[in-house]
Amino acid sequence: MTLFFAVLTPFMGAALVALASRLGRSHSAWAAGAVTLAAIAWLAPSLHLPFEGATLIQQHDWMPALGLNLAFRLDGLALLFAGLILGIGLLIVLYARYYLSERDSMGRFYSYLMLFMGSMLGIVLSENLIQLLIFWELTSLSSFLLISYWQHREEGRQGARMALAVTGAGGFAMLGGFLLLGHIVGSYELSVVLASGDLIREHPLYVPTLTLILLGVFTKSAQFPFHFWLPHAMAAPTPVSAYLHSATMVKAGVFLLARLFPALSGTAEWFWLVSGAGLATLLLGAYVALFKHDLKGLLAYSTISHLGLITLLFGLSTPLAAVAGVFHIINHATFKASLFMAAGIIDHEAGTRDMRRLNGLWKFMPYTATLAMVAAAAMAGVPLMNGFLSKEMFFAEAMHISEGHVGGWLLPALVTLAGALAVAYSIRFIHDVFFNGEPVDLPKTPHEPPRWMKVPVEILVVLCLAVGIAPALTVGPLLAVAAQSTLQTPLPDYHLALWHGINPALVMSLIALAGGTLIYLARRPLFAWHERGLGRLDARVVFNALQDGLFALARSITRLIDTGSLQRQVFFLLSAALVLGVAPWLGGGTPLAGGREGLPLDAVSLLAASTLIVATLATVWLHRQRFIALVMIGVVGLVVALTFVKFSAPDLALTQLSVEIVTIVLLLLALYFLPQHAAPEQDRARLWRDGAIALTAGAGTAALAWAVLTRPYDTIAGYFLANSVPGGGGSNVVNVILVDFRGYDTLGEITVLALAGLGIVAMLQGLSLNAPSRDAAGRNWDADAHPAIMATLTRILLPLALLVAVFILLRGHNQPGGGFIAGLITAVALIVQYLANGAAWTHRRMASDSHPMVAWGLAIAAFTGLASWLFGYPFLTSTFSHMDWPVVGEFELASAMAFDLGVFLVVVGATLMILVNLGGLHHTLPKHREKH
Amino acid sequence: MEMLIALVIGVLTAGGVFLALRGQTFPVVLGLTLMSYAVNLFLFVMGRLAIGVPPVISDAAAGYTDPLPQALVLTAIVISFGMTAFVIVLALKARAELGNDHVDGRHHNEDRHA
Repeated sequence: MTLFFAVLTPFMGAALVALASRLGRSHSAWAAGAVTLAAIAWLAPSLHLPFEGATLIQQHDWMPALGLNLAFRLDGLALLFAGLILGIGLLIVLYARYYLSERDSMGRFYSYLMLFMGSMLGIVLSENLIQLLIFWELTSLSSFLLISYWQHREEGRQGARMALAVTGAGGFAMLGGFLLLGHIVGSYELSVVLASGDLIREHPLYVPTLTLILLGVFTKSAQFPFHFWLPHAMAAPTPVSAYLHSATMVKAGVFLLARLFPALSGTAEWFWLVSGAGLATLLLGAYVALFKHDLKGLLAYSTISHLGLITLLFGLSTPLAAVAGVFHIINHATFKASLFMAAGIIDHEAGTRDMRRLNGLWKFMPYTATLAMVAAAAMAGVPLMNGFLSKEMFFAEAMHISEGHVGGWLLPALVTLAGALAVAYSIRFIHDVFFNGEPVDLPKTPHEPPRWMKVPVEILVVLCLAVGIAPALTVGPLLAVAAQSTLQTPLPDYHLALWHGINPALVMSLIALAGGTLIYLARRPLFAWHERGLGRLDARVVFNALQDGLFALARSITRLIDTGSLQRQVFFLLSAALVLGVAPWLGGGTPLAGGREGLPLDAVSLLAASTLIVATLATVWLHRQRFIALVMIGVVGLVVALTFVKFSAPDLALTQLSVEIVTIVLLLLALYFLPQHAAPEQDRARLWRDGAIALTAGAGTAALAWAVLTRPYDTIAGYFLANSVPGGGGSNVVNVILVDFRGYDTLGEITVLALAGLGIVAMLQGLSLNAPSRDAAGRNWDADAHPAIMATLTRILLPLALLVAVFILLRGHNQPGGGFIAGLITAVALIVQYLANGAAWTHRRMASDSHPMVAWGLAIAAFTGLASWLFGYPFLTSTFSHMDWPVVGEFELASAMAFDLGVFLVVVGATLMILVNLGGLHHTLPKHREKH
Repeated sequence: MEMLIALVIGVLTAGGVFLALRGQTFPVVLGLTLMSYAVNLFLFVMGRLAIGVPPVISDAAAGYTDPLPQALVLTAIVISFGMTAFVIVLALKARAELGNDHVDGRHHNEDRHA
């Protein structure tokens, strides 16, 4: 479980860090540091394993039914990356503490940073590909939050959106690639995938699999032509750039290249796609970096270029190239993170990142300048620095691969050119900023940063030097295990040393250094030439055009389907349902009626059905005379209740009856504010059309009902009937199902009811409607709103009605009744008080606010469920026992009855909430208006 | 008897669908109410028709009808009430905000021009 906890720690830590920020600004930084150290501590016991040649794999069941396991893996490559993520992460935590200003929210920053750290760790420690992809997407999401951290800045939001769109699309492609990979191999476990390289490469689906995965890799690692998002992501705070865009996020792509190297590499497709994209990115990035005036822009394109270099190395497919690729991953992370931090310091202390204004900072910050110079030298590939070593290996491999090929000079020439450009932009970074005359109009006078802001840079720069001078002593063992687990085969013969004698690679390095210096010296004509031509190209224009096009397409499709007319939408919906419903009838030759014996028809049923049909037709026919239609629909509801009585459903009948009353009261209240009559419709064609649809729908449903009713069936009801008394302690099976067997559903349903009530209250707030003083026929409404006889009678009836409700509630478990019905009866009894006596009179006698009742109801129901946890049973497990009290006699007490009490309270509360608020519109509003 | 119930469900559905397609809010609410009757009845009779055998356990009972559709429909009835209440209040709100009771939020005589 240790690996799992290592990944989980930053995620949990994100919340902790946010909480810690309430204590003070530094507290969240301390908390973030502690969380990072905790993640390291979880890994610490296993760190020695990769060096002993072992691969640690830990599996835990997650969704075994779907074949998804939580599976984690610690081998050399994972160890290297985990080290980069956590080590540089720790430095970033320290650096950001001093970088962020008073106005920036520390808690939010560190919280996002921890989320990102956890996601990155998840990627590199995953053994399962699908799980890896989930973390992969999480890095896209958390980096979105980090890039847009300064939400008030337009460029930050745009950059974040672009990064999310590009990497998200790539992640989607990669999902497809992983699914294909899983299909080919038969497993998503990396150990299996890595061992099935030959199977994958010979499979007919190899090319689509490779293409899709590479799309994910190239978008994430900013490879041409998807590189354009990275410079725009520089709108992020510099600690984010230093972390995401040097050591982690953009390295996820090349990490995957390394991870899947044994499984996918070694084919012509891999060679051309990967090294082609890598070479293009290497050259393009190095070229553009030279011409950027923004310090971070230069570093961004330099990052793109170096990622291209790494990609190119993996594309070359030789074991030695892969070793060089892994080596350059380490080196690039160290020098680029320190350069970003240095750029952040300059920005922080000088107030700008524009290299046309930043000049001659040497005399203001010599110490920072020295640090930056060492790091920039590593970036340029100057001897004694780590960048030199991996670049030499790179040159040597480029030379080696081209030997004996026609046009073999091209690749070495191009990579040397890229090397020269890298030298040129590195010189520019140093010379333009720290020398080259005097600063131009800086917002503030620069000075050295606080002590602790320099510490992370110092550590990284020392690493650059240490690796550069004594590679075998420092990075040797780590590189060996990382490269070994990348290749999954014995390591090729290589020798880490500063001096290899005079060889082609050294010559290329020297040419690059000299050429770069020359390019920098010739910068003025070059800049002018660039500004005239290529400088005007901007990938963002293409991206925005694509994005606008997509939005326009989406809008036009929406417009086509959604005309903004509910009437038309309902028409489309019903027509579609009809087509889908009718289609199967046309094809099959199955007879409509089955062979099941039916019940005989009796006169009473016939009479009731005729009443219902007539009342339905009358509702439809008279719907423009709304009051009459309402009476008619009441009749329909009553006959439906009788139907339930007839066919052995006493609970349903009671529910239907009480709901019917409440509904009619509700509709009457609403009708008061709506037109009492409606004009006849002009559009005859629409009436005919709707009539046809209605008849088809009716005939279809009737046929369906008939077809089902005449067929025999099987039911699972036997279980409920058999277990109701012994298991649930109640003989009313319907009630036991509601409060016991399916109590969880019921909890959901009363929640919905409570939400409907709250929604209605919210909608009615501040609603003003004209209350008419006359009825539809032009008669004045009766001035006597509360007739004495009705008022008197209802007051006498109230205790009786409440008594009935209590009776119904208590007996519900064993006889027809229960919380729903009792709640509705109580609600009706109370509503009648409102109707007969008025709201003012009633509110003097009982609480006007029924919110607490709903809340108590939900709480009781939920706590009844939770209580079973105390006894170690699953949620909502019920229990019951029989009591014997003197006088009362023997009775039963079931936990489900408490649940039913919750149901009861919610139903009463929600119903009162709805009706009282609706009724209140009439009385309170005019007064309300007078006050204002 | 089965034929009669099927007919009743059909008539309720037809009435409900026709009213739901009207342009003003009140008939639409009536239509939804009729449709929920139809749906509730339809679900209920999926347990087949049986007379005099309520699912209440007792020694004297001759048998029991299927309790499961009944439990489903019982909550469905209460939820339909919540839905009806929500829709009708929505209609009131729309009338207050838009000044008419057309479901599309505009006067019905504008229908054809829109």
